[in-house]
Amino acid sequence: MIEFIQNHILTTITFLPIFGAIILLFVSREKEEFIRYYTLVLTTLVFLVSLPILLGFQSGTSAFQFQEKVNWIPSLGIHYHLGVDGISLLMVMLTTFLMPIVILSSWTYIQKRVKEYMIVFLMLETGMLGVFLSLDLVLFYVFWEGMLIPMYFIIGVWGGPRRIYAALKFFLYTMFGGVLMLVAIITLYFIHYHATGVYSFDLLDIQSVLLPVRSQFWLFLAFALAFAIKVPMFPFHTWLPDAHVEAPTGGSVILAGVLLKMGTYGFLRFCLTLFPNVSTEFVAFISILAIIGIIYGALVSMVQPDLKKLVAYSSVSHLGYVMLGIFALNIKGLQGGLIQMVNHGLSTGALFLVVGMIYERRHTRLIADFGGLAKQIPIFATFFMIVTLSSIGLPGLNGFVGEFLILLGAFEAHKIFAIFAATGIILGAVYMLWTYHRVNFGPLNKDENKNLKDLNLREIVVLVPIVLVIFWIGLYPNYFLKKTEKSVVDLLKNRQAKQEQVLSLEKQASSRFVLKNTFVK
Amino acid sequence: MDLIIPQINFAAIAPALTVVITASVILFLGLFLPKIQREILAIVGIVGLIVTLKELGGMWGRHITGFNGMVGNDNITLAFQLIFIIAAFLAILLALNHVEDTYVSYGDFYALLLFGLSGMMVMVQGLNLLVVFLGLELFSISLYILTGFRKMRADSIEAALKYFLLGAFSTGFLLYGIALIYGATGSFTFEGILNYVNSHGFTNVMFVAGIILFMIGLSFKAAFVPFHQWTPDVYQGAPTPVTAFMSVGAKAAAFAVLIRLFVSVAAFSTQEWTTAIWVLAFLTMTVGNVVALVQRNIKRMLAYSSIAHAGYILVAVLAGNEMGRSAILFYLLAYTFMNLGAFGVVSYLGISGKVENLKIESYRGIGYKYPFAALAMAVFMFSLAGVPPTAGFVGKFYMFSAALKAGFVWLVILSVLNSVMSAYYYLRVVVAMYMQEPEGGKVFEMPTTSWGVGLALLIAMLGVLYMGIFPSSMMALFQKTAVLISLL
Repeated sequence: MIEFIQNHILTTITFLPIFGAIILLFVSREKEEFIRYYTLVLTTLVFLVSLPILLGFQSGTSAFQFQEKVNWIPSLGIHYHLGVDGISLLMVMLTTFLMPIVILSSWTYIQKRVKEYMIVFLMLETGMLGVFLSLDLVLFYVFWEGMLIPMYFIIGVWGGPRRIYAALKFFLYTMFGGVLMLVAIITLYFIHYHATGVYSFDLLDIQSVLLPVRSQFWLFLAFALAFAIKVPMFPFHTWLPDAHVEAPTGGSVILAGVLLKMGTYGFLRFCLTLFPNVSTEFVAFISILAIIGIIYGALVSMVQPDLKKLVAYSSVSHLGYVMLGIFALNIKGLQGGLIQMVNHGLSTGALFLVVGMIYERRHTRLIADFGGLAKQIPIFATFFMIVTLSSIGLPGLNGFVGEFLILLGAFEAHKIFAIFAATGIILGAVYMLWTYHRVNFGPLNKDENKNLKDLNLREIVVLVPIVLVIFWIGLYPNYFLKKTEKSVVDLLKNRQAKQEQVLSLEKQASSRFVLKNTFVK
Repeated sequence: MDLIIPQINFAAIAPALTVVITASVILFLGLFLPKIQREILAIVGIVGLIVTLKELGGMWGRHITGFNGMVGNDNITLAFQLIFIIAAFLAILLALNHVEDTYVSYGDFYALLLFGLSGMMVMVQGLNLLVVFLGLELFSISLYILTGFRKMRADSIEAALKYFLLGAFSTGFLLYGIALIYGATGSFTFEGILNYVNSHGFTNVMFVAGIILFMIGLSFKAAFVPFHQWTPDVYQGAPTPVTAFMSVGAKAAAFAVLIRLFVSVAAFSTQEWTTAIWVLAFLTMTVGNVVALVQRNIKRMLAYSSIAHAGYILVAVLAGNEMGRSAILFYLLAYTFMNLGAFGVVSYLGISGKVENLKIESYRGIGYKYPFAALAMAVFMFSLAGVPPTAGFVGKFYMFSAALKAGFVWLVILSVLNSVMSAYYYLRVVVAMYMQEPEGGKVFEMPTTSWGVGLALLIAMLGVLYMGIFPSSMMALFQKTAVLISLL
């Protein structure tokens, strides 16, 4: 048993949650207390089992570590292939770290259908980890789409009044993006076959093929659309506010914390490495969309009367930074993008938690219904303060590191982008601090707020780990940056090399016919 | 004058024969058994099917022909017969309490189902157009009667009549097509026709007309647009287990003939045929999906969705390669599980009071009252929509891969967009089951439960999940099937 876990640690953390969910099927729905503890213990266990991945991770190499590879559907060249490198490491850790927190935060918030709630969350964890760990394109796709099912239920069953609309919209938008990616995946598979004579969906195999720029273009578009919807980039973001606002707190936390990262992760893992030439050509286009997202998201957040909607739109803005960093295509930008993915998961996740806590007490999220809370519930106000500051990137907290690196990277790439993006930071500070002010300062003049209870021990336990990590990244980011550095450096190096190879091959080939044959090794 | 005794080899039709004998035994027993013991009839049927399966296994890879080369079994035939038998097996289980509750029932129901099955089995064995016709008529007539089995209900009678009349028309087309083909080629056998195509091409107008008429006849059976109009009414009016059986069986049988005739021969891969099938596939899936979007009756919705699925399968037919053939078989088996399963849930939730619970709205809230049925339904809906990790996803993935391999990029893109559209109406059922409060705050009461339906749903659900998560053994089996169409 122990030996199996040691040798198959990635499989263990991926399938432990869903295995636990299957056991949960046989537990009576009446035993709600037991079900809560069971799920909490299980997700904590997954986190503990995932710790050796972080600790045992070799930062000196960009190779995939802890790899597992067996045939899954041999007749089509589909493998069960898992592995972790610097790019997926932090995402995996973020997922396993946030899950127990989410379960704990749902303790009293979720009162109906507790058993089903826990089952879908466990299914979701398996899906998310699978997405980050898969090194086979079909396996990746299966997790990518399969994960829609639990999230659809989370929004649709436990969500707010417009939950059904939001759930359907979420599902259809993501699936629409996904299916075109599937066509592109299959196309890549046949291209790889024509080039090498081997049928394989393995990412590492397919990465080795050089694609003519022309085919890179269409394939890139298909992949990029799927990821852009998930990120979500402007103008594909309209599903996000609906989904966020309607989802229960736990769902929002996971949605913001992990699910959105799948989009940016996809860009990093697939778009940049598979289509080096075309992704470079798209830099300006994507950066401009990212900047529009940054500024638009901030402006829209500013005028939201609803706290949760405000946080939701702020995600559009923050993810814009991540995209900008990734498409700066230099080490600083990518590193910043990666660390900012984690930061956004922590800060925005924490913001949703805080909003959920106040909603549970007051059953309203309108900013106008609050004011002066700091006097009544100081612990709440303190935590709120910390996560607000982390979200706007105060030096010493996590957000600063990420934004700073991204701006540096963007500045190196295109000065003008950095200048525009920097205005977003100011706007971010404005709306977050203004919001904080309206909620927590001023006179405590609403009667309903005068009897509010401060955070209880459970809620503090929910927030403390996040705050600790927020400080950890803020004060000593090197621990994390070092883990990702080698992978980022090599990713850029390989891209560069591949790009030049394709260009020189295209130059040699004068006609399309010759071109086609040149690429077949 | 010498009396020429044709070479008759009963071994070649042994499985179909077994089914016919079982059916006859059921008919006979039905006369004598008292009403209460009618479950025995179903059990006899199931035993018969198991024996048939064993016979099929024994014929694997042996390519037995008989009746002067009029029937033959290659692996592809056996694979289709396997799918039919699974469909019939599940349909019998589904019918167990449905028959008891809904109709004045005798052994006829199960016997007719098995006669229909034997027709399908004969049809896919036929190497001669007349045998194909014989099989087609045998299963069609059984299905006409089964459709009208609820003789006390107007919609059932109406459906039966509609099905019969349109079916008769389509048979006319088919038969006329066969006649013209014979006139042009002088042969009824596939072999003769294909030899003719290889030497003459499509120059003879009479021959082309014959093929087109033949195609139209098949299109009626498989419900391709624009020959699909009978489907929703018939599916709605027929008893649900019958609907389940015909939605899978009749369609698969038509595809078997289509594959035998069109896919296996290079001569048919001309531009004209490709374009025609391209358009047929696109129209079939799109019309099916668009109309399904607005259905409020779950049986009609499933009827239109099954039209759409015929369209997806045509995409793989068009691919025309080995991969396409094995993908079609894989998909048809997956489809058997998920579609029979979906109709099975509809049948399971059956009748409350005098009205069948067929409106999608009446499914509100069943997710918590009938958790097993709802879970199964959700699995079938996600599978029909093609969401991993279900058989529906792997099947579509496989078929579309085959089509991409053959270069039909745009058709595949249109197909995947179609499946996004279909997700909307499949999800509506899930929404109703889990996310909406029932009208008037009360979920309907299910009349009775039966072990048969529960077992059928369990098998179908496990089938969908197994083929979705561990598809490789089934794929390997069907790949061996599709390598060689040995009899042609």
